[in-house]
Amino acid sequence: MYLLYRSLTATVVLLGASVLTFGLVYLTPGDSAETILIQQTGHQPSQEAVESFREEEGLNEPIPVQFVDWLGSALQGDLGQSYYSNRAVTELLVQHLPATIELAVASMAVALLVAIPTGVASAVHHGSSIDAGSQLVALVGVSMPNFWLGYLLIIVFALTLDLFPVAGTGGLSHLVLPAIALGTGMAAIVMRLVRTSMLEVIDREYVDGARAKGLRGRIVVYKHALRNALIPVVTVIGLQFAFVLNGAVVIEVVFQRPGLGTLLVDAIFARDYPVVQGVVLVIAVLFVVTNFLVDLTYHYLDPRISLGGGTR
Amino acid sequence: MSVLEDARDGDGAGRRQVGRAIVGHLRHNPFTSAGGIIVVVLGVVAIVGPVVVPHDPTTQTLQNRLQAPSLVHPLGTDQLGRDVLARIVYGARYSLGIALLVTAIRVVIGTGVGLVAGYAGGWIDEILMRLVDIQLAFPGLVLALVVAGILGPSLRNVMIALAVVGWTTYARVVRGSVLSIREREYVAAAKLAGTPRRRLFRRHLLPNVVNPVLVIATLNLGTVILATAGLSFIGLGAQPPTPEWGTMLSDGRNHLRSAWWIVNAPGVAIMLTVLGFNLLGDGLRDALDPRQQTKLEEV
Repeated sequence: MYLLYRSLTATVVLLGASVLTFGLVYLTPGDSAETILIQQTGHQPSQEAVESFREEEGLNEPIPVQFVDWLGSALQGDLGQSYYSNRAVTELLVQHLPATIELAVASMAVALLVAIPTGVASAVHHGSSIDAGSQLVALVGVSMPNFWLGYLLIIVFALTLDLFPVAGTGGLSHLVLPAIALGTGMAAIVMRLVRTSMLEVIDREYVDGARAKGLRGRIVVYKHALRNALIPVVTVIGLQFAFVLNGAVVIEVVFQRPGLGTLLVDAIFARDYPVVQGVVLVIAVLFVVTNFLVDLTYHYLDPRISLGGGTR
Repeated sequence: MSVLEDARDGDGAGRRQVGRAIVGHLRHNPFTSAGGIIVVVLGVVAIVGPVVVPHDPTTQTLQNRLQAPSLVHPLGTDQLGRDVLARIVYGARYSLGIALLVTAIRVVIGTGVGLVAGYAGGWIDEILMRLVDIQLAFPGLVLALVVAGILGPSLRNVMIALAVVGWTTYARVVRGSVLSIREREYVAAAKLAGTPRRRLFRRHLLPNVVNPVLVIATLNLGTVILATAGLSFIGLGAQPPTPEWGTMLSDGRNHLRSAWWIVNAPGVAIMLTVLGFNLLGDGLRDALDPRQQTKLEEV
C-alpha cells in the first residue's frame, strides 16, 4: 500500500518536474531561435534561416504539442540533438554521467567515514572538549564554500606537496581532492545529525537495559545505540544527495572534471537548450528516484512511519 | 524554555520576557555570541568600510599586479593590480545586501503560500504542496543555476533565481505550524465569533509562525551567500569589474601558485560570514524553538 502510494506521488512529481524542465527554456528573453543562430554562426541570421531553423526544431508547433513530443521521445531515450556538436543529447549524458556518479559516491563515502565516528564520539563524550571541538569543526565545515576548499586542497596537496594531480579525470588519484572538497560540507551536516540522534537514543531504556545486562560499553554504543540512531540519518542521506549534486556542479568546474555539472554549465553558456533540458531531467530523475528508495528504506527500518509521512 | 512557552501567547510584558530570554541565551552561549559579533562586525564593514578603505575597488594599476600582501596592500593585489582588501570590503555590501533581499523575498512568498495552504486545506493545499514537491525534485542550486543561466548572466537574475527557488522550506514549515494550531480552541473560538479572516491571520496565525521563520531565515542568509558566491564563481552572477566575493575567487583561479591571496581572501570572507549566520541561527533556534529540528538547508 505504502509502496503504491509512494510510487504514485513519485510519478506525479516526475511528470511535474518534466513540465518544469521543458518550460524553463521558455524563460529566455527574446527570440530563442535567433539567439541560437547568432551564437552558432556569429552573425545576424537571415529571416529565412530563422524560419527554417524553427521548422527543423519544431519550434513552430504550439508549446503543449512540443512538450508532448519532447516527453514522448524522452521516454524512448531520445532527448534530441545538441545545437552545436550535432551529437545526441543521450550520448552526451551517457558520456558525462560516470564522472559525476563517481564523484557523488566518493564524496558520500568520505562524508560518512568521517561523520559517523566523529558524531558517535561527540555524543558519547557529550559536553567534553572533544564534543565542542568537533562541533566547531563541523560548523566551519558547513560554512566553507566548497569551491574555495577545492582550491585550498589544490594549493596544498597538488601544487605545493605534489601528491595529487591538479585537475582532470583518471585513476583514483584524480578523485581524492574533489571527493574531499565535496564531502566535507556533507560530513559536517551528517556529523551533527548523528550526534543529535545518538544523544536521543543513548538514554533510552534499551540502551540502559543492554548496559544492565553487563554488555561492554563499546558494544552497547555500536550495536544498540548506533543502529537506532542511524534511522533518521538514512533520510538525510537522501537529502544530502541533492547537496552532492549541487556541489558536484561547482566542484567539477573547479577540478575540470567532465561530468554532468561541466556539461550543464557549458550548455547554459552556449544556450544549448536540448542539452540543458537533458541534464536537468536526468538530475531530477536521479534525485527523485534516490529519495523514493530512501523513503522505502526508512519505511522498512521504521514501520511506524505512516502513509505520506514524508510530506505531511 | 518554559518562559518562552508562557510568553508566546501574551502581549507586551510577555514579549519583553521573550526578548530577555533570547538575549540571555545569546549571551550565555559563546558560539552564539561569536556569531553575533561576526555579523555585527560585517555589518559595520559593509556600511562604513568603503568610506575608510584608501583604495578604489575597481581602479586597475597594471604595474602593481599580483603584489603579495604588504603594508600598502594588506591583502595584496589581483591580476589587474586592484587592491584585494578594498574589493573584499566593497564585496561585503553585495553579499549582505543580496542575502537580505533574497531571504526577505523567500520569507514573503514561502510564508504566504504556507499560511494559505495550511488555513485553506483541501484541494488548494493539495495543489500548493504538490507544487512544492515538484520544485523539491530538483537540487536547489542546479535549478537556480539553470534559471539564472537562461535569464542571462547578471547579479539581478541570480537574485531572482535564488528567490524563486528557495521559498519552499518556509512554505512547508509555516503550513505545518498553521495545521497544528488551526484546530486549537482559541482559534476555533475566534473563527466562530466571526473574526474577520485578516484579523485571524494577523492576530492568531502569524505570531505562531514568526519564531520558526526567524530561525530558518537566519540560517538561510548564510546559504544564500554561499549560493550567490557559487553562481558568481561559475560566471552567472556579478560581472567584472564588480567586487563580488565569488567572482573574485574565480579571478584568482589562474594564479593559484603565484598569488594564493586572490582566492583565499574572498574564501575566508565568505566562510566567516556564513559561519556568523550559522552560529547565530543555531543559537536562535535553541532559544526560540528548542524542539524544532530546523535543518541547515542546502540551496
